[in-house]
Amino acid sequence: MLHLDRVGVRLGSFTLSADWQAAAGERLAVIGPSGGGKSTLLMAIAGFVALAEGRVLWQGRDLGPMAPGERPVSILFQDQNLFPHLTLRENLGLGLSPRLRLGPRDRERIEAALERVGLSGLGDARPGRLSGGQQGRAALARALLRARPILLLDEPFAALGPALKSEMLTLVAEIAAETQATVLMVTHDPEDTRRFAGRTVLVAEGLAQPPRETEALFADPPPALRHYLGT
Amino acid sequence: MKFPMLAAGFVLTAGVAAAQTPVLTVLTYDSFTSEWGPGPAVETAFEEVCGCDLRFVAAGDGAALLARLQLEGARSEADVVVGLDTNLTAAAAATGLFAPHGAAVEVDLPVAWDDPLFLPFDWGWFAFVHDRKMAEVPGSFEELAASDARIVIQDPRSSTPGLGLLMWVKAAYGDRAPEIWGALADNIVTVTPGWSEAYGLFLEGEADMVLSYTTSPAYHLIAEEDDSKAAAPFREGHYLQVEVAGKLAASDQPELADRFLAFLLEEPVQSVLPTTNWMYPARLPAGGLPEGFETLVRPDVSLLLSADEALSLRPEALREWQDALAR
Amino acid sequence: MARRAGALIVAAALAALTLGPLALVMARAGGGALGAADWAALRFTILQAALSSLVSVLLAVPVARALARRSFPGRGLMIALLGAPFLLPVIVAVLGIIAVFGRAGLFNRGFEALGLAPLSIYGLHGVVLAHVFFNMPFAVRLILQGWLAIPSERFRLAAALGFGPSDVARHLERPMLREVLPGVVLVVFVICLSSFAVALTLGGGPRATTVELAIYQALRFEFDLGRAALLAALQFTICGAAVLATGAVALPSAFGAGLDRAAVPFAPRGWRRVADALVLTAAAAFLLLPMAMVAARGLPGLFQLPPEVWAAAGRSLSVALPSAFLSVSGALVLALASPRFGLVATLPLAASSLVLGTGLFLAVHPFLNPTLVALPVTMLVNAVLSLPFAYRILAPEARALEADYGRLAQALGLGGLARLRWLTLPRLRRPLGFALGVSAALAMGDLGVIALFAGEGGATLPLLVQRLMGAYRLEQAAGAALLLVLTSFALFWIFDRGGRHAAS
Repeated sequence: MLHLDRVGVRLGSFTLSADWQAAAGERLAVIGPSGGGKSTLLMAIAGFVALAEGRVLWQGRDLGPMAPGERPVSILFQDQNLFPHLTLRENLGLGLSPRLRLGPRDRERIEAALERVGLSGLGDARPGRLSGGQQGRAALARALLRARPILLLDEPFAALGPALKSEMLTLVAEIAAETQATVLMVTHDPEDTRRFAGRTVLVAEGLAQPPRETEALFADPPPALRHYLGT
Repeated sequence: MKFPMLAAGFVLTAGVAAAQTPVLTVLTYDSFTSEWGPGPAVETAFEEVCGCDLRFVAAGDGAALLARLQLEGARSEADVVVGLDTNLTAAAAATGLFAPHGAAVEVDLPVAWDDPLFLPFDWGWFAFVHDRKMAEVPGSFEELAASDARIVIQDPRSSTPGLGLLMWVKAAYGDRAPEIWGALADNIVTVTPGWSEAYGLFLEGEADMVLSYTTSPAYHLIAEEDDSKAAAPFREGHYLQVEVAGKLAASDQPELADRFLAFLLEEPVQSVLPTTNWMYPARLPAGGLPEGFETLVRPDVSLLLSADEALSLRPEALREWQDALAR
Repeated sequence: MARRAGALIVAAALAALTLGPLALVMARAGGGALGAADWAALRFTILQAALSSLVSVLLAVPVARALARRSFPGRGLMIALLGAPFLLPVIVAVLGIIAVFGRAGLFNRGFEALGLAPLSIYGLHGVVLAHVFFNMPFAVRLILQGWLAIPSERFRLAAALGFGPSDVARHLERPMLREVLPGVVLVVFVICLSSFAVALTLGGGPRATTVELAIYQALRFEFDLGRAALLAALQFTICGAAVLATGAVALPSAFGAGLDRAAVPFAPRGWRRVADALVLTAAAAFLLLPMAMVAARGLPGLFQLPPEVWAAAGRSLSVALPSAFLSVSGALVLALASPRFGLVATLPLAASSLVLGTGLFLAVHPFLNPTLVALPVTMLVNAVLSLPFAYRILAPEARALEADYGRLAQALGLGGLARLRWLTLPRLRRPLGFALGVSAALAMGDLGVIALFAGEGGATLPLLVQRLMGAYRLEQAAGAALLLVLTSFALFWIFDRGGRHAAS
């Protein structure tokens, strides 16, 4: 269980607070107006933003003392998810061993992951040669290999077309199911939200509200969401 | 980029000689110990007779020698210092680090010598060196100043020849020195930090004359068989540079040090100085001077301020020089 | 954090090695005073350094831009040659410059043939000319690095938006220059602060007295340690003020990262093409002529070198290589840690080599025979003195690396040696190669601090050149100097090319 225990973040005059829980293996959408703190929420969980108060706990364990790489978390940023000077195989290998000490078993897993996301044969390519969709797949493949119980997606597919994006969401859903990960996905698209997540976190006006059933939330949107959706 | 004028060298720790062999440490300037200086010959010759290990410690130029001694004080490892000149001996004596040499001074110098601490080992006259093709060679500072001749000199604040020239003008003209410098200002192409730069510029053709020694043409004549260089005799006389050696009071090898000082004036050393240091030996070797030296200019008048005078006149002379040339 | 601790250790060692010797000299003297002549020297020093740095950088910008946006045969060679003037021993370079611009040089002989009056190189303009010769090419390299660091995606975007040359200048090039130029001006300014032989020889007389000459006089002829220490402290103060001023002026350009896609050169046609060609030709002529004269002077001597030079060259190499690795490692640690280490990483540039040598001598002498530690001291001192160059080369790209990929590396738990191997070294290959090349070549040229430590025998190549000159053997000296230049340049070329090759 992911537990945000009276979390408070302060960045200059910007504040964000959250106090709620998500079940293991649950898929949550994170929605809300730009600048409202969606990314900040993810960064706080991943350990890139220090907490002013409260704790983030996973299965009862405080993540506070852990460096980002040590946390039970994989994160996909909006961009720069791959190192341009390394091959795809190496980029994926970093998910298994940051020292890139890879045994035969690891290599098999990397090939399998590439195949799983439809990139087999591209292991030697560098990211600059790939399309945006392929880059997103590669980053997902690495998350698959890392198999951390929490997967954070900070709009990594925002730049993709609708068909491609929907394909990626399916892939995320599958990977999340395979790894039984708890997923928090930032999105702007109510459609995505409905398709992907059973519950949704609304982030607005400095508060990440406790997750609500997605359908119920959209059926009876609070003022902040209504304003955001323009309905 | 700031650097190479004082390039570095370092030791090959050549293995410690047998423990009982006494070691005599001689502090000297770098070019004395170089492959082309007198050092290697002096070392071989002295070690043949002394039953000791002679070690040179090289420290830049003559001025660097004194600076190093002052830094080390009485804890210096050196037993003997070789290569100070008369512009530095007063300051060296004032450190109180030197012991009297106690020897009767029998030397062939153009001037009398009675310094109780320092023994001369070679000497030379400062002079302006020019190419023989030069049309009108000036015969005095005044003629030089009146001519179009272009000269390159060394800075008295960083070079011993530069300091020598400063003393030369002061010794020759006394209170008229500022006037002479003022008149020379438009002849001076530039002032270099050291002798090598000045001599290099002269050979490149940047100047008609360069401040050097009357013996400089001998190098070109003997080593390069080139007789195109000559030194200009000046009527007011030529200032002397006398290079001296002294024994340190704190030496743990005082007898060896005395023997070395005496040895410096003996044939094996004196006979190599003319073609290694390109200076006159302080005591004429039995075989006389090397062939070619007889072609050199021999000034009639030799100028030399006493060590004390040289020290006390320096600040004023420097100021006059700077004022005249900064205009 | 280990990285921060490492940087603190390097910074502390650097501060101790630059300021420590000064403090020792000061303590030994117990005090000192400056005279009117010292203040005059200070004014001249700042004037010539300011002029030299501004002119160098103003001329460097068009050259760097032309190199960045044009491709032509020999471009790689030209970029490599830009490293050369910076690495020439001072006296060698001065003689090369004089052979071109001097009284009997190429230019004046040309003027003479045309019946024109000769121009004199001696004076403030000569000092600036020589400093520009030394530093402009280095500035070009640093600025060129800035150009190449603009991700090709941004140029692609510019091309897509139909940007003209002035739009590119406004939106891409000027923000980059705003970030890069202050640092480049700073480095050249501080290098020129401690100029001594160039300023005096080409300055034409005591008007051109610099602080470093005043220090030399105080230490060597007057044994006035206090005055020397005060003057050295003044040099540090000016350097510190310049570093702080630069920090206030420079703005990060924040181009963000690209994907290492092949460059889309932005190469405007028309008169700009002709202008670029002219700029490159003029720069090449200005730099190559004196170097060609150095080569021409040295060639005859190269075939009659005394056997000692080979041993001396070997000794120089054995100092230069470890020194370069030490210097670049230290610079990398500082560059990766935080821009706040910029000051301490620049200080050694302003160090008076004489005061440094004297202070180290005072530190060592009570415990050890200084000649015994001459070798390690040379290595260490050369590493310290070349670190600022390595730092300047590495810092901008190290910072960009952190900004672009620091978060991803952290998210993946990429740390320690693994991060060095898989992220830092591959991403920074190009500047690392350049920095290693510069440091090694500078250490070959031997920064000359340790004359006081020298002992019997065993000269390095630069010392041998000096000995040959001091023994009237100017032709052999020119030959040995050419050998020194060739060795230094070969070292520089191997590392620099290695870096550029691996990065492409």
